[in-house]
Amino acid sequence: MNDLIEILEELHADVDFKNCVTLIDHNILDSFDIITLVADINSEFDVTIPAEEIIPENFNSAKALYALVERLME
Amino acid sequence: MKKKIILLSISAILLFGALFLLEKLLMPKHVSGIVEGSLIESYYNEKLKHDILFVGDCEVYENFSPVTLWENYGYTSFIRGSAQQLIWQSYYLLEETFEYEKPDVVVFNVLAMKYDTPQKEAYNRMTLDGMAFSKSKLEAINASMLPEEHMIDYIFPFLRYHSRWSSLTKDDFQYMFSKKPLFHNGYYMRVDVKPVEYIPKKKKLSNYEFGEFSYKYLEMMTNLCKENGVELVLIKSPTLYPVWYDEWDQQMIDYAKDHNLMYFNFIDHIEEAGIDFNTDTYDAGLHLNITGAEKMSLYFGEILKEQFDIIDRRNDPVYAEAWIEKSTFYYKMRDQQYHELETYGEIMMYGEVVK
Amino acid sequence: MLFTSYSFIVFIAVLFVLYYIIPKKYQWILLLVASYFFYGLMSIKYLGYILVTTVTTFYAGRQLKRQNLYQKDYLKEHKADMSREDKKAFKEQIKKDKKIYFLACILVNFGILAFTKYTNFVIYNVNHISEMFGNDIVLSFWNIALPMGISFYTFKSMSYLIDIHRDKSQGANSLFKFALFVSFFPQIIQGPISRFEHLSKTLYGPHTFDYDRVAFGLQRILWGFFKKLVIADRLLIAVNTLKNSPEQYSGGFVLVLMLMYSFELYADFTGGIDIAIGIGQVFGVTIEENFNRPYFAKNITDFWRRWHITMGAWFRDYVFYPLSVSKRMLKLSKWARKNFGDAIGRRLPVYISTLIVWFTTGIWHGASWNFIAWGLANGIVIIISLELKPYYKWFHSKFNVADKRVFHAFQIIRTVLLVSSIRLFDVYKNVPLTFKMLGSMFTAQNYSSLFNGSLLELGLAMYDYVIVFGGLGVLLIVSLIQRKSNVRLQLASKPVHIRHAAFLMLILSLLVFGAYGAGYDASQFIYNQF
Repeated sequence: MNDLIEILEELHADVDFKNCVTLIDHNILDSFDIITLVADINSEFDVTIPAEEIIPENFNSAKALYALVERLME
Repeated sequence: MKKKIILLSISAILLFGALFLLEKLLMPKHVSGIVEGSLIESYYNEKLKHDILFVGDCEVYENFSPVTLWENYGYTSFIRGSAQQLIWQSYYLLEETFEYEKPDVVVFNVLAMKYDTPQKEAYNRMTLDGMAFSKSKLEAINASMLPEEHMIDYIFPFLRYHSRWSSLTKDDFQYMFSKKPLFHNGYYMRVDVKPVEYIPKKKKLSNYEFGEFSYKYLEMMTNLCKENGVELVLIKSPTLYPVWYDEWDQQMIDYAKDHNLMYFNFIDHIEEAGIDFNTDTYDAGLHLNITGAEKMSLYFGEILKEQFDIIDRRNDPVYAEAWIEKSTFYYKMRDQQYHELETYGEIMMYGEVVK
Repeated sequence: MLFTSYSFIVFIAVLFVLYYIIPKKYQWILLLVASYFFYGLMSIKYLGYILVTTVTTFYAGRQLKRQNLYQKDYLKEHKADMSREDKKAFKEQIKKDKKIYFLACILVNFGILAFTKYTNFVIYNVNHISEMFGNDIVLSFWNIALPMGISFYTFKSMSYLIDIHRDKSQGANSLFKFALFVSFFPQIIQGPISRFEHLSKTLYGPHTFDYDRVAFGLQRILWGFFKKLVIADRLLIAVNTLKNSPEQYSGGFVLVLMLMYSFELYADFTGGIDIAIGIGQVFGVTIEENFNRPYFAKNITDFWRRWHITMGAWFRDYVFYPLSVSKRMLKLSKWARKNFGDAIGRRLPVYISTLIVWFTTGIWHGASWNFIAWGLANGIVIIISLELKPYYKWFHSKFNVADKRVFHAFQIIRTVLLVSSIRLFDVYKNVPLTFKMLGSMFTAQNYSSLFNGSLLELGLAMYDYVIVFGGLGVLLIVSLIQRKSNVRLQLASKPVHIRHAAFLMLILSLLVFGAYGAGYDASQFIYNQF
């Protein structure tokens, strides 16, 4: 989880990723951030997030994102 | 819920009331400049009967004078003419008029036979806008509309004229609900003189046959008059231009013969009627002026006297009174026009006269 | 039928009465009939195209859904006795099976779109190339007409298919219900591009007559009419004058054209969408919003989240993301990172995907180079703005202006000018000319001539400008209010007579000031016997 937070903070240092749950709804992460994230996650965790999983529910919080990553790792 | 309906109804009434007033305001009044637009509606002010009814284009409303017919023969007449009145418009105007009265004689100028199809939206408007709402009006609109027009623009002229909001004048406010009198039982008076100078040469046409549509409506007109016991008289007004081809003339002669109607080509009667195109025209031979119209009316009146038994109503006090008023107005306008001619060199009373 | 035509108003009025008279379970059928009637009226020869799309997509979708269900049930049933590898292999097999139907349907439908829309563009370019080599024209143009709304309904249908393929949607349970989704008349001409899962929630009814909802819908339609007739159609007159004579109207006039077109397009497009959404509301159907006060955007990326929202979302979800997170792209990214470092490696998928998306967005708008140029220009500006991010950051760390209103105003004006100038590709419809005209804005000396009355010779008189500015002013006020609350709700809370008076004024100004009808040209009435 901390690795993920690190990746996120690399994109936006000033955001509180531990607690924020409106990353998509409040446009904190835009579509460019998302694909950079996906590439970074691919590098780091060796999982491919398919396009259909790029939905607000999965990206609104670091927690949700990590859950997705874990699911894909299975 | 009931309250909502009541409130909505009130708002709807306010809306339609506002639109009604705006329509009256925005419609062109035709009281200056091109006043011909006011011709058609002037009929509805009439209270007494007319034994002779003229119908057709400018060659009727500028070349005949009802006041002259009254003074010399006691004939009551009205000219339901308008700018470039097309034959089907003439038909429907007649049909409508017969709802109000049945004259003894209807006179129709056959120049309109040359227009077989709808021509110009602006002219349609000048004829149709003035008609009172009736089935005949709807049918006239239908026959007159150009492909890009809509019936609804005629039923609610507001839709056609709404953009006039930016060019409203004092006239629009002053004459919102009624017009000032401008004509003399449909006669458009001009006292000025412009002699004939030059008549353009006749162009040859590829086809001289009048169109199917024109004949259709001529038939309908013939039948309508017959059914209503009215005598239809076909005429060609005495003008030098536009060209009235011999081939056209022949068609009218033939038609009249086939249908037992009278047809007079007054171009052939110019000399006999005493018309002099040096003094009797105000636009170099297109139309007659007041002196020409009076001469024409005298001449035509004689013909009518010979052919028909139209009542001389000069002894009827009701008619006599009404027509005294009309004559007074007629001569007053004539004098005023002569005065303007002398003082300003041109006639001013119609606003800017555009020719 | 144009939205702003008498016949359309009659159509809606009749439909409205019927809709609330018939039994509720038939309401969606009535909408289907009305939609096909509407389509047939405009485009009966091309009814075949929309039918093909509807049928192929529905049945392909149904097949995919079957596969999805089969996969789910099978895995559930055999949860215990399947190993992880087995499960993976099974899923792979299903994926393969789905692929055939999926690809076939996509190919057929995009194929139709490509054929009808782009054949002549391809021919044009082939001929051009042939001419460049000194040869004659090779191919002659085909006489293909574009079926109405094909860009919109194809995209709607394909999103339906893709969502089922991704198991994000169950799809429609009847061909006719799906047919309504595809052909739904308020959105067939210019969108919004609805998603099935969203529209289907309210499309099929039943709908009871709800006075407030219908009133809101009618108000929205009225507002759309106002924008189109009073503002857009009026500005269009001047826009046409300016764009049709570029040699005469260069330099300062290009700036005027740019701004006029921006407001004309805004009023026309959002007006049309208001009418569409308003109609939906009248019938109880919720259609997605397509605009979110776009001219309040602070940068171009934000702008494209606010303008033609459903189109942007479509390209984002079905082109941008799939492309940028595809295996190939990730591989490319990794390769780039290894060979050119992190900086380039990170940028590559973003930039390539962005350009491809904007290329396709451009070409979706129209089959010509000026649209491609327009699309790419947007893409390039977006990329530049991404590149400039660190510099902005530095700027904001030095100067504390981020919250200041003046700075916001600057950002807004900058964005408006930027998107308006890119739009000139769409205005002049000619790439080299557009560059020339853009350049002339900076080199020309004729800015002063804008004030010598030449603006009154574009077909609009002073009072027309007064109306336009008045209309835009009302628009601005409404937009400002909308930031905080729903305008119609606000009005609904005011006393009745104020509310009714406001709408009365709106209707009357629409009817009087709308730029519709033949206009009044006094010279028309000159009576001439000739």
